[in-house]
Amino acid sequence: MSELQKSSSGVPPRFSEEAMRQVEVIFQRYPADRRESAVMPVLHLAQREFGGWLSQEALDYVATIVGMPPIRVYEVATFYTMYNLKPVGKYHIQVCTNISCWLCDSDSIAQALRNKLQLSFGESSSDGRFTLSEVECLGACINAPMLQINDDYYENLTPAKVSEIIDQLP
Amino acid sequence: MTKIVYKHIHLENSHTLAVYKSAGGYQALEKALTLSGDDIIDEVKRSGIRGRGGAGFPAGLKWSFIPKDDRAKYLVCNADEGEPGTCKDRDILRYVPHQLIEGMIIAGYAVRAERGYIYIRGEFYREAERVQAAIDEAYAAGYLGDNVMGRGVRFDLAVHRGGGAYVCGEETGLIESLEGKKGQPRLKPPFPANIGLYGGPTVINNVETLTSVPDIILNGGAWYSSLGVDKSTGTKVFAVSGHVNKPGNYEVELGIPLKVLLEEYAGGIRGGWDNLKGVIPGGASSPVLTKTVCETVTMDYDAISKAGSMLGSGAVIVLDRSVCIVRAIARLSRFYRHESCGQCSPCREGTGWLSQIMQRIEQGKGVREDIDLLLSVAGNIQGKTICALGDAAAMPVVGAIRAFREEFEYHVEHGRCMVA
Repeated sequence: MSELQKSSSGVPPRFSEEAMRQVEVIFQRYPADRRESAVMPVLHLAQREFGGWLSQEALDYVATIVGMPPIRVYEVATFYTMYNLKPVGKYHIQVCTNISCWLCDSDSIAQALRNKLQLSFGESSSDGRFTLSEVECLGACINAPMLQINDDYYENLTPAKVSEIIDQLP
Repeated sequence: MTKIVYKHIHLENSHTLAVYKSAGGYQALEKALTLSGDDIIDEVKRSGIRGRGGAGFPAGLKWSFIPKDDRAKYLVCNADEGEPGTCKDRDILRYVPHQLIEGMIIAGYAVRAERGYIYIRGEFYREAERVQAAIDEAYAAGYLGDNVMGRGVRFDLAVHRGGGAYVCGEETGLIESLEGKKGQPRLKPPFPANIGLYGGPTVINNVETLTSVPDIILNGGAWYSSLGVDKSTGTKVFAVSGHVNKPGNYEVELGIPLKVLLEEYAGGIRGGWDNLKGVIPGGASSPVLTKTVCETVTMDYDAISKAGSMLGSGAVIVLDRSVCIVRAIARLSRFYRHESCGQCSPCREGTGWLSQIMQRIEQGKGVREDIDLLLSVAGNIQGKTICALGDAAAMPVVGAIRAFREEFEYHVEHGRCMVA
């Protein structure tokens, strides 16, 4: 199991009122006696609310919200790759290098990103703006090569296009 | 050629209720609600449709396994599209979500499930937004809720987003995930039809399967089974990726010759037909077919199986002659190692060994015995694990050695690749 990281702020995480309304909507999707089903969507929500990653305090907070032992929340959070257990940049750039993308030269896309951002896979920029990750198939294989930045897919890429996309991020 | 699941995706705003209804949407549901559940199941059986997620199990038969007891029943749509090469369901989710929803309400009514979930892979964030918006529209219009179309039928539907785990595409791994746990598959039996989500009888179908249901109900199972070929009826979406001139999702009748799919639909092989090296016909886990096989094989469950591979999810990955087969398979082995959930030793350890050995052969550090060692490790995984992920990891390796053994041998003898 990967190490859980403590939050550096020391401020216990708390959902906003709006986020709590979303939690209520999430709970309504599952039978009243099956609240644990909500753990994944609540973790997704927590990650959005708490700066793109989940500290141990955030996981403990989710455990109290969903009503599960913290260890069960840790199990879930460490099993799924989309839960970031350490801080990520404002833009999390995830490049697919699996077979269809590789056949369409994702190597050149990965290289263009490494050059542009001066980062290796798994690294974040010191200004907190970018994290660069290599990921498995994201399911856009007919538009390979592709990458994902936060919630959005960018498809049919070329190295030049990648550079443009990075430059245009707000 | 007849289209079913993609027939509306060319329409502007095809994802909205207004457009879907103006194209005839929700008429199948209206008809279904005048039939009995058993009539609907019989119609789906008659259609011969087989599960479009990969396993190819007859959908009507699956529905008929749901017991007629008093327990709460569930319908789950598997939209955890993650088999490398596969991206056909994504276009259904984002372009025709109402057709999927209509299919699900009909399926739920047929098996007496009052609650359904669409489990969408977590990375499909925008697609999940689209589906949620469609669900909201369907509730507002009275197609979902406690009185579907005023007929006293209840069906609630919700989206559940995954978290980035390939193994959740396995139906019991998906159920575990939906229950708020790690997505580690369950031992079967019991099968989900008896003990599934929350311990209740559960039907799990792929997106494409459920999206085909409205047309089966409207036009009849006999009509559907007139499409395609014997035992592979209907249409199928093939996601053609890799070295073709026009990669894309193509919905065609099952039984189409692979060569026609590649040459007439996908724009031909990059550099011409003779530049073809091989095709992975049904997603990353299906054994690669050589060019010789590709000349004549047809795209249906039995023909591909007879050719030693699988139709799987219908992800057709095309490799031209510039591809190092060892490197391609090494990349897939790395994927399976990453995605093994870790609960069965043969898969947890075996996928790691497959990946390491493939990598050292690829890097020119392998020895001749490594090739047989790969086969031995694969043999110690296959059939010895709870779910099919282990087999999925073993099959591409075994298939590639069978079809391209001389490339593996060249790698270990010369310490480099024969193509590049």
